[in-house]
Amino acid sequence: MPSMRDLKRRIKSIRNTQQITRAMKMVAAAKLRKIQDRVISGRPYGDKMAEVIGRLVASADLGDQPLAAAREVRKAGYVLITADRGLAGGYNANLIRLAQERLAREDRPAALITIGRKGRDYFRRRPVEILEEYTNLGDAPDPALARRIARRLMQLFLDGAVDEVYLIYSRFYSALRQLPRVDKLLPITPPPGEKKEAQEYIYEPGQKEVLGALLPRYCEIQVYRALLEAKASEHGARMTAMDHATENAAEMIEKLTLSFNRARQAAITGEILEVVAGAEALQ
Amino acid sequence: MAEKEKAVARGPFTMEVVTPERVLLRTEATSLIAPGLEGYLGILPGHAPLVTLLGPGVVTYREGGQEKKLAVSGGLLEVAGDRVIILADAAERSEEIDVERARRAKERAERRLKERTPGLDLERAEAALRRAVARLRAAGAEG
Repeated sequence: MPSMRDLKRRIKSIRNTQQITRAMKMVAAAKLRKIQDRVISGRPYGDKMAEVIGRLVASADLGDQPLAAAREVRKAGYVLITADRGLAGGYNANLIRLAQERLAREDRPAALITIGRKGRDYFRRRPVEILEEYTNLGDAPDPALARRIARRLMQLFLDGAVDEVYLIYSRFYSALRQLPRVDKLLPITPPPGEKKEAQEYIYEPGQKEVLGALLPRYCEIQVYRALLEAKASEHGARMTAMDHATENAAEMIEKLTLSFNRARQAAITGEILEVVAGAEALQ
Repeated sequence: MAEKEKAVARGPFTMEVVTPERVLLRTEATSLIAPGLEGYLGILPGHAPLVTLLGPGVVTYREGGQEKKLAVSGGLLEVAGDRVIILADAAERSEEIDVERARRAKERAERRLKERTPGLDLERAEAALRRAVARLRAAGAEG
């Protein structure tokens, strides 16, 4: 049986940990609240754009748009979006596992572009080519950074460094639910969906100019969206993980306090017995 | 059937303005004027399918007999059937516009363009000026 002093020390230490996990939970909750609205209210834009592109593709040919031109894949590029920091439950591990699975199943040569420190740290020690890495993303993704990353990805694609680009990130459903997923980014393929009757569109200034402006923008928005979803997922995962940790700590404190009280009671009983025995011996 | 289609085409069209931040507007409008890259263009019910790039400017639309204005900083407009979708890089309703800020932005851009300090990104300064002017116009404060 641990001594009372040991128990006291452990209770104190767990209480300290609990304070930290509770603070982290509240910080994550505040950050999540801030970003959550942006994620949800931002979704229609990307969806509408995909819709418009889908309709245009039904009537026009994307073939001469370099960003939409599929070609033989000599190297596939995977963009892995993870967090910079841990203590977010299974968030990073789930993403890394998904990336690992995809790479293992990939029969073509593949390379990674990592966004977030955790993914980079994991794959840096493994035999995978990392083309680019971005870290220190902050608490809310910056549209300018998303644009920079998207431009770089388009450049890698257009230069032929990679022939396909996929995004591996976590989609945000709720604070309790985030699911890692893989989306194809490049070449831009119109979303499968209702193939409406092809309409003859009037393009202004011209079809080439419109698509030439629309497709890069679409790519940028996809990257930005993925970053937003990933960030919201991260905060959600961290909040949930820290909530559980705080609960577990409370449970442990309760158990230890019980043992502590028991030990105290036993000590007192022992002392009384000693006093009584001493008194009896005197008689 | 043919009659019904005609009726739909003549009635008000659905107009949506969506930005990366939010759905700014979803309404029934009876006419629309938008800042196309090659000049302003008007959309009336029954317009042929059209896709055009938008520059910075003012979108004027008629909703329930009232004329309303938005400032957009550029984007894309699609007309398909009885729906008009504007995907704007950024957009604001006239009543949301911070006139003071827009005026300052305009003055800043004008000063930059006048001084022409070396290393000035001319294109960016001009775009900033056009955006500021568009916002002032949409807000009803002449730029």
